[in-house]
Amino acid sequence: MQRIGVFVCHCGTNIAATVDVKTVAEALGHEPGVVISQDYQYMCSESGQNLVKNAIKEHNLTGVVVCSCSPRMHENTFRKAAAAAGLNSYMVEIANIREQCSWIHKDIATATEKAIILGKAAVAKVHLNAPLTAGESPVAKRALVIGGGIAGIQTALDIAEAGFDVDIVEKNPTIGGKMAQIDKTFPTLDCAACILTPKMVEASQNEHITIHSFSEVTDVKGFVGNFTVTIKKKARFVDETKCTGCGLCTEKCPMKKVPNEFNMGLDNRSAIYIPFAQAVPKVATIDPNYCMMMKTGKCGVCSKVCSAGAIDYKQQDKFIEQKYGAIVVATGFNPINLDKYDEFAYNQCPDVVTSLELERLMNAAGPNGGTLLRPSDKTHPHKIVFVQCVGSRCDDSKGKPYCSKICCMYTAKHAMLIREKYPDTEVYVFYIDVRTPGKNFDEFYRRAVEQYNVHYIKGMVGKVTPRSDGKIDVQASDLLANEQLHIDADMVVLAAAIEPDKTARPLATMLTTQMDTNDFFTEAHPKLRPVESATAGIFLSGACQGPKDIPETVAQASAAAAKAIGLLVKNSITCNPCVAHSNELMCNGCSSCEKVCPYGAITYIDKEFRMPDRTTAVRRVANVNPAVCQGCGACTVACPSGAMDLNGFSNSQIMAEVDAICK
Amino acid sequence: MQVNDNKEFQPLIVAFCCNWCSYAGADLSGTNRLNYPTNVKIIRVPCSCRVNPMFILRAFQRGADGVILCGCHPGDCHYTSGNYFTRRRMTLLFSMLDFLGIERDRTRVEWVSAAEGAKFAATMNEFTEAVRKLGPNRRLEDLRCRKQ
Repeated sequence: MQRIGVFVCHCGTNIAATVDVKTVAEALGHEPGVVISQDYQYMCSESGQNLVKNAIKEHNLTGVVVCSCSPRMHENTFRKAAAAAGLNSYMVEIANIREQCSWIHKDIATATEKAIILGKAAVAKVHLNAPLTAGESPVAKRALVIGGGIAGIQTALDIAEAGFDVDIVEKNPTIGGKMAQIDKTFPTLDCAACILTPKMVEASQNEHITIHSFSEVTDVKGFVGNFTVTIKKKARFVDETKCTGCGLCTEKCPMKKVPNEFNMGLDNRSAIYIPFAQAVPKVATIDPNYCMMMKTGKCGVCSKVCSAGAIDYKQQDKFIEQKYGAIVVATGFNPINLDKYDEFAYNQCPDVVTSLELERLMNAAGPNGGTLLRPSDKTHPHKIVFVQCVGSRCDDSKGKPYCSKICCMYTAKHAMLIREKYPDTEVYVFYIDVRTPGKNFDEFYRRAVEQYNVHYIKGMVGKVTPRSDGKIDVQASDLLANEQLHIDADMVVLAAAIEPDKTARPLATMLTTQMDTNDFFTEAHPKLRPVESATAGIFLSGACQGPKDIPETVAQASAAAAKAIGLLVKNSITCNPCVAHSNELMCNGCSSCEKVCPYGAITYIDKEFRMPDRTTAVRRVANVNPAVCQGCGACTVACPSGAMDLNGFSNSQIMAEVDAICK
Repeated sequence: MQVNDNKEFQPLIVAFCCNWCSYAGADLSGTNRLNYPTNVKIIRVPCSCRVNPMFILRAFQRGADGVILCGCHPGDCHYTSGNYFTRRRMTLLFSMLDFLGIERDRTRVEWVSAAEGAKFAATMNEFTEAVRKLGPNRRLEDLRCRKQ
C-alpha cells in the first residue's frame, strides 16, 4: 500500500472562491492510503513546496497528489520538489482543480464535489504509479532556421555567435524577406536596406552559417536534440558555386516581360534574374515558366554570355539530409489577398495599391527610382487616401479577426514621408482606431498629425470608384463629424491585413507543432514561454507566431536563439521516461504494435524462455527503444494480447481513474 | 448518475483529452472563464490514440452516461498519426455500442485544438445536454458497481 500525501492549493482565491478547499482536503484524507491531507494558500510558492517536501520526509510518503492548477503549469515544479525530498518525481500526480474546475464553475457545492472526484481519481492513479528513471539521448550540435527574413537572419547570427553551426533554409532565391522590400522603418525613419543588408552579408560570411536559398524543408523526423531534416534545394538552373553575380545574363536575356515579385509586380524582370542588387547569395536564377530555352529549346543567350559557365539547363532538384539538435521556425507573414474586396476596386484600378506596393513605389530601388508616381499614368499624385484595417479586425469570412498591429505605424510613416517629400500632396487617413503603443510610437503618430498635417479621419471607407477622368472617387463616413464624405483622390493605399505565410501550415504538420485558428504558431505558454513551441526543440521567431514589427521580431529572434543555444550546449538531454514497454511473457510477436508506431521505435528480438518442462524455447517478442519512443500509446491499444503498456499512463492507471470518476 | 435536489437528471460525462491539443484547449476555456457543466470530468491521456476501447466500456459499465474523446485536429497530431487511429477505432467501437443499444449521442469524438477554448466549452455544453435528454445509461451499467 502506498503512503500518499494530498496537498490542496487555494491559489489565493482562484480556487478557494468556488471550491471549498478545506472540504476537499478533508474528504481526500479519508481515501485509502492517504496519510496526510493538507491545504495551503499557494502550494507552488517556496513555503508551499517546503510543506510538500517536509511532509514527504516526515510521513515517509511514497506518493503525492497536488490538487492545484493544470499539470501543464506546475507539474514540473512539484516533481522537482518531490525529487528534492528524495521521492521519485514520477510519483507525483496533479488534480487540475483550477482551469478545469474552479474557473469554469460558479456553484460552490457542485464545484467542490467535482474537485473531490478529480482528487480521488488522482489518488487512485498514484496508487498504481511506479518510480521511473529518465534516460538520456545525445544532442546534435547544429541548428536549423526555417525562413531567411530578418527573424531568421538574427536567430542564425546569434546562434553562430555562440559557436554552433546553423543552416538557414529560405524558399526564395535570396534571404532578406519582407524587410528587404521596405523603404524606411518606423519610428526612426532609417532606411531598411542600410540596416538589413549588412546583416545579410554578415550571415553569408559567417563560417558557422550555411544558407540554403531557393530551398524548402520537405521532411522532418526525430525529436528534440535529434531531428533528421530533408531539405529540397530547388533547381535554379544556375550553378551556385560558379555564378559570380555579374548580372550580364539578366541584361542580355531576351525575355523581359516577367512580373517582378520583388517589386510586387509593379514592373518586369527578365526570365533569368537576381531579385535585387544586394541579394544574398548574389546568384542568378532561371524562371523555367518564362525561359525561352526551357520552353522552346531555342535561345541559350545566358549560357553564351556567362563567362563563368554557370548556366545548367539540365539541373535537377537536389535533396540533402542533415541532423539538427534544434529547429527555429521563422516563416514570417504575407499581406492578404485583396481579390474579395471589390468595394476598394483593388483589382480594377492600378492606382489602388497595397501598402507594400507603395513601399516599392517610394523606394529608390523600386520601379520609379524613388519618385512617387501613379502606376497608371506615371503622374504625380496630389491627393492620397489611406484606408486602415483592410481585412484586419474583421468579423466576416473575408478578413481576419485580429489586429495586424503594424499598419497604424507604417501608414503614419508613409503619410509623413509623402508630406515631407511632396508638401503639395494632401494625405487623408481613414481609421477605426489608431493603435500606437510602443517606444516612441505615439510621438511618431502625433508628429504625422501635428507637424505634417496629415488628415486623420475616424471612419470607414465605404466604396472606392475609379472615374473615367483618372480620378478615384472615395466615399467615406466621418464618424466624429457625423457626415458623408466624397474625396476625389489620385491614389488609394490599402493597409492590407497580414497573415502567416502559406508554407507555415504544412510545416507545422511536419514539425508536429500546434497552430491557432489563424495559422499562427502557438507558443508553449502565452506569457512565460513565448518563443518555444509546445513541441520540445522547436522554437518560434518573428511574425510566424503573431503580427510583429521589426524591433519585436528581432527581440524574439534573439530570444529564440538563446533558447536554442541553451539546448545545443547540452551534450545530452533527459528523455521522457513515460514510454511504452512490452511484457515479453505476454507478447506473441504479432507485429501489430510495430505497424502503428510513428517513430519506428519497436523492433523484434528473439528471446529464450524457460518452459515449465525445463526446456528452453525461442520466441520473437517486441522490444521498445526508449530513446526513440515518444510515448503516444498507439501501440498499447493495438496490442491484442495486452502486452504493451505505457509508463505513467498505464492501462490500470487510466482504468483506476475511470473507476474513481464513475463511483 | 447523480440526482440533485431539484431532481433534474445530472448525467456523468467522462472526457478523455489528449495532452497536446484538447487538454490545453480545456485549460484555455478555464483561463477564459468559459462555463460548462460540472458533469464533465476530464482524464488526461498523452494522445487520443492512447484511449483503449476498454476504457470507454469500463466507463459505461461503472455508470457513466456519456463518454467523449477529444484529440488534435486531423493532420495536427503531436505524434503525427495518432488521431487517425482514434478515428478508425472509435468508428468501429461506436457502431458496436450502437448495436448494443448505447445511443450514438452518448459517445462522441471531437477535435479541439489548444487554441479552441471556446469550442471546448461549447462542445461540452452541447454534449452534456444531448446526454441529459437521453436519460441515464441503463443498458451497460453494471448495477453491482453502483454506489449505495
